[in-house]
Amino acid sequence: MTRQERGAAAEAVVLPVAALAAAMVLFGLFVAALNQNPLEVYALIYRGAFASAFSWQNTLVRAAPLILTALCVALPAQVGLMMIGGEGALVLGGLAAAVIGHFLGGAAPLAVELAMAAGAMAVGAAWIGLAGALRHYRGVNETISSLLLTYIAIAVFNHLVEGLLRDPASLNKPSTMPIGEANMLGHLPGLDVHWGLGFGVIFCVAMYVLVARTTVGFALRIVGGSGRAARLAGLPVGGLVLAACGLGGAAAGLAGMVEVAAVHGTANASLIAGYGYGGILIAFIARQQPLAIVPVAVLVGGISASGGMLQRRLDLPDATVLVLQGVAFMVILASEALYGRLKIFRPAA
Amino acid sequence: MTGIGWWGVPLAVLAGAIRLSTPFLFVSLGECITEKSGRINLGLEGILVMGAMVGYAVSYRTGDPWVGVFAAGGAGFALGLMHGLVCSLPRVNDIAVGIGLMLLGTGLAFFLGKPYVQPEASMLPSLPLGAWSTFPQVRTALGVNPLFVIGLALALGLGWAFRHTRWGLVTRMVGDSSDAARAMGYRVPAVRTLATALGGFLAGVGGSSLSLYYPGSWTEGLSSGQGLMAVALVIFARWDPLRCFYAALLFGGASALGPALQSIGVSGGYYLFNAAPYVVTLGIMIATCSPRRTLAGAPGELSINR
Repeated sequence: MTRQERGAAAEAVVLPVAALAAAMVLFGLFVAALNQNPLEVYALIYRGAFASAFSWQNTLVRAAPLILTALCVALPAQVGLMMIGGEGALVLGGLAAAVIGHFLGGAAPLAVELAMAAGAMAVGAAWIGLAGALRHYRGVNETISSLLLTYIAIAVFNHLVEGLLRDPASLNKPSTMPIGEANMLGHLPGLDVHWGLGFGVIFCVAMYVLVARTTVGFALRIVGGSGRAARLAGLPVGGLVLAACGLGGAAAGLAGMVEVAAVHGTANASLIAGYGYGGILIAFIARQQPLAIVPVAVLVGGISASGGMLQRRLDLPDATVLVLQGVAFMVILASEALYGRLKIFRPAA
Repeated sequence: MTGIGWWGVPLAVLAGAIRLSTPFLFVSLGECITEKSGRINLGLEGILVMGAMVGYAVSYRTGDPWVGVFAAGGAGFALGLMHGLVCSLPRVNDIAVGIGLMLLGTGLAFFLGKPYVQPEASMLPSLPLGAWSTFPQVRTALGVNPLFVIGLALALGLGWAFRHTRWGLVTRMVGDSSDAARAMGYRVPAVRTLATALGGFLAGVGGSSLSLYYPGSWTEGLSSGQGLMAVALVIFARWDPLRCFYAALLFGGASALGPALQSIGVSGGYYLFNAAPYVVTLGIMIATCSPRRTLAGAPGELSINR
């Protein structure tokens, strides 16, 4: 590593951590203004998120879908697109998984699980790929089209879950037919956390290798830097854009499959939990780096996991953790302005 | 039977459209101002929920719902100002900040609004525009939210102001070409920040319409995503305040159609009706965009147009 590279690496770690610390001070002032001891609040957040095997389990289960939906933002970002439609791909991927799981119900569980994952990824890839194709071939802005596609996906989802695909036995909460206990995803070996976390980590590592260590990834980043330069160099820009969007959509669709096959056992309104939007923020804080997504998602998952602890011990509303997340996101996003501006990370060459 | 039979459906849709469109109208006008200046604020959902909570709490404390409406606008102004200031920093992405603001606004509203879930605040009075009719259904249907009327006046006023006032022209110039605005000596970030804050004010007022008129209470599930839809609405309206009014009526009517049809026994396709405006918006974008040309009427500096 040259001195410049070391400086940049230090900057990429120090700035977000400093921003997080600043956010914690701000939130601490907010809590103190409400006559709570900030140190006690932070101690409880730590205990609720990371102090015991049980809290780690809670944290990691929340992080799993966020890792995958963050990839749905970070991969299109490599080709310069700003996709915010992960929620729609997640919802439809979950629906596809539930349908496949029910209709293949009797087959060998591993085959059913593979089919569910493949179906969910295909649906998610098609959904986000559609937004990418509209952008590339018709010039339709992908941010808006993916947001609109999310509303359409949720409407289609509700229509099918409350109509054609509804399990007549689900009275209060319309759901699809259960996929069956035998077909549920198991736990990671040695952990009380389902395989969804494994999928997320593997997907992130694979995408890191693809983006940072292969010629395809290099081509993706050229397209992201300048579509014109990429065309002049003879790169297949359309194919690369579709590939990046398709891979991102596949990740979000897989998140839907994980929620169905490891948590709910069926597709219902619980899938529409805002994981798609959470993933956008995680991708931005990770600065669209696939490997950085994992620790950021674990941190965010931990903060949300600690809500129950704050409620039980200090009688604070469960929205406390939302406030902390909101403050942290705003400060970290604002810290983006400091990159490249601080002398200590720029050693004179 | 004094009933009005099948006429009940169009009447219910009209009444529902007027009742449900008010929050849509205010968030879309707010987003329209912001986008005209060249920024996009995806955080109006958070501002809407915060406005609903602040409006309700202040109305409960003071007993005057109009003070609540202004307080809601003030809270929205503050959050919008924050979005505007953060986005004025170099290289900060307005879309990501908007989503952060959505989280922060809803979080703050749920946190601070916890004590106000139970008590009853005083509501906004309705304007009896149906007093001429002998049918009680017509009278209830045409008891109109005063904010709806204010919103209509505002839509007309904003449309005029964008064309004919110095402020309107400066906002549009900043939104269409920041280079031109800088050359004329205007401070681009300041104009955009102010436009975002004003947009936040309107979105906050829209929130108070939810909590102080219809549905008329403060709960955590009060908003059904009206703030998020603001962005789609403004594109649908092609950045024109008066068309924002029609679009809000249409979106409100689409939301009212399902329950109205259900009341006479037709229940299928409810959700698909709700999605119709989004399909139409997407269809318009596909039909009018091309790789060389963006949407007609879109501010040139908008990040979503590049």
